[in-house]
Amino acid sequence: MHVLVIEDDRDAAGYMAKGLKESGHNVDVVHNGKEGLLLAAGADYDVLVVDRMLPELDGLNMVKTLRATGNQTPVLFVTALGDVDERVKGLRSGGDDYLAKPYAFSELLARLEALGRRKAGAAPQGGGPETVLRYDDLVLDLLSRRVERSGKPIDLQPREFKLLEVLMRHAGQVMTRTMLLEKVWDYRFDPQTNVIDVHISRLRQKIDRGFAHPLIHTIRGAGYSLRAPDKAA
Amino acid sequence: MLRTRPLSTSTFRLTLAYLGLFSLSAASLLLVVYMASVRFMERQTRETISDEVAWLLEQYDSGGLGALRSAVSERAAAEPNRRAIYLLVDASGSYLAGNLDRFPIGQAESGSFSSFEVQVTAGGRRLPIAHVAVAEIVTLDGGGRLLVGRDVHDNVQTQKLMGMAILLGLGVMVVLGIVGGLIMSRWMLNRLERINRATAQIMAGDLSQRIRTDGGDEFTELAQNLNAMLERIERLLVSMRQVTDDIAHDLRTPLTRMRSRIEVTLMGEPSAEEMRDLLAATLQDADRLIETFNALLAIARAEAGAQHGEWERIDLTELARDVVDLYEPLAEERGISLQLVGGKGAVIQGHRQLVAQAIANITDNAVKYTPEGGIVTIVTSGTPSPSVTVTDTGPGIPPELREKAKERFVRLDPQRSTPGSGLGLSLVEAVAKLHDARLELGDNMPGLKVSLTFRPAPPAEAVELRHAAAA
Repeated sequence: MHVLVIEDDRDAAGYMAKGLKESGHNVDVVHNGKEGLLLAAGADYDVLVVDRMLPELDGLNMVKTLRATGNQTPVLFVTALGDVDERVKGLRSGGDDYLAKPYAFSELLARLEALGRRKAGAAPQGGGPETVLRYDDLVLDLLSRRVERSGKPIDLQPREFKLLEVLMRHAGQVMTRTMLLEKVWDYRFDPQTNVIDVHISRLRQKIDRGFAHPLIHTIRGAGYSLRAPDKAA
Repeated sequence: MLRTRPLSTSTFRLTLAYLGLFSLSAASLLLVVYMASVRFMERQTRETISDEVAWLLEQYDSGGLGALRSAVSERAAAEPNRRAIYLLVDASGSYLAGNLDRFPIGQAESGSFSSFEVQVTAGGRRLPIAHVAVAEIVTLDGGGRLLVGRDVHDNVQTQKLMGMAILLGLGVMVVLGIVGGLIMSRWMLNRLERINRATAQIMAGDLSQRIRTDGGDEFTELAQNLNAMLERIERLLVSMRQVTDDIAHDLRTPLTRMRSRIEVTLMGEPSAEEMRDLLAATLQDADRLIETFNALLAIARAEAGAQHGEWERIDLTELARDVVDLYEPLAEERGISLQLVGGKGAVIQGHRQLVAQAIANITDNAVKYTPEGGIVTIVTSGTPSPSVTVTDTGPGIPPELREKAKERFVRLDPQRSTPGSGLGLSLVEAVAKLHDARLELGDNMPGLKVSLTFRPAPPAEAVELRHAAAA
């Protein structure tokens, strides 16, 4: 992916760029909002990382201006303002996701990749939203709420169904525990105990047990990912 | 502090502007009255003169110049003080009769009114003084000329008096206006001065100071609003100070540990594997610090109550169901039965994320401290007030420690054998305060009973109305 990082803290931007390059992405870095806007509007990036508070043109207004020109490149806001309401402001101004400092790099990477893929898959696939999700030998029917793997029906609780749906929509990507909490429970906070792991292990029991290869993978220090062996990322 | 003087207050300026406008309109009104009076007096004089001229001309028409001459003489004799003025001359301009010896200089053609000065010895004075007179002059058929006039000195005096009275009145009005303005602005300043003095003291650092709110006018309202603002600022400051204290208290230890570990490892000749271990351990420490930090910030934000914009109607039963759903697998794994007894009508007005987090934290604690085979029950109820109660069959908390358990970083387990930052219940307490709710820790016999009692949400229609009014 081609990523533009707009962050005024040069150290932070440097580490971010290094980490993203090591993860196989192409990174440009600028340190103020004006330059960021020029670059973002001029080149075709897959995703932008924008700090909320930037010199010359702050992040919110930069993204507002960019959106006003019709540019729809996904934006991940990174900010020291972690307030729930700040998050709402960021999303309203045209941001697609919001990450509060301090954050784990794995969290940033996972969210960026989720946004980048979304852009790649955003092209209309013809005729309304899809009602059946397929990945490898796994089929999830959103209407009849049935799940099959290799033709064998699997019985899931409503929440397990939702969890699998989110994993399938982001198949191949890393989903962090925070991202799963957001998308499955709509929680914007992390519970004190790590409850997601238990949910995943339950889902694994039903999805992976007794089949030739596992689909749900634990990504150390980051989260989980739905991956087929022949489609290793 | 900058003192405002009465002369430069807005009240005074407003009074002056009003006074100016009022004087202008009063002056124009009086001017109109004055002019009308002057005209009226002039017209009266002229009518009197014209009547007399008409009568004298009748005498002339019927009796000729002789009759006119005796009529004029008779009339003039009756007016030694020249209040009425008569003069009759023949064609050559020689005096025939009247109380004036000759035509005043520059007296114009006949048939018109004109004014001139006459010398009058009035009021027993020796020397004659000049009075203004108005007269009509008529040229007779036979070539003679007749002048009939009136001394208008009294009229002029009256007009002068009127003018003086008007000017005096206006002057009094202006003076009274200025004095009134000064008094009014002085009064306003006094009211404001009290507020200013209190604000100055507060600015000097005494945040507990409040402005007196006696009275009941708009100044009282201002004072009340300022007081409410101060209350909020004070609360924010206290909460900020608390956060700083807490950070100093609990973040220093792990930071020191982290630093020593790095320092000690760097002192030797670390192998690549040792370096990797060090970094992994440091990362873990950093993560824990971030977690603590985030928890503290969440508490501070909840305490500051900055998020009212995001408030909505929430059903506590729905929220509790989600939490049960989230914790059920964990409870099952630990051999604990997690149950929900959902009541109807447990609806509140609040911040969804924060209330959910509060319920999750209480449930988290209950599941954490309940031994295998235990039961954790969440009960929601709408009556008498919306509430969530979480009971467990764990060790419970002795009554004397229950208040302490709500404090930050307090962990009642001295070995700290269970994971946690000691901030879970503090957040619940902060969320409770933000929602004006009550957090109570009680005895479940055995076990702990934690309940959150909220205020009921206003009826849905009322909320909609308020929204409509706001929109």
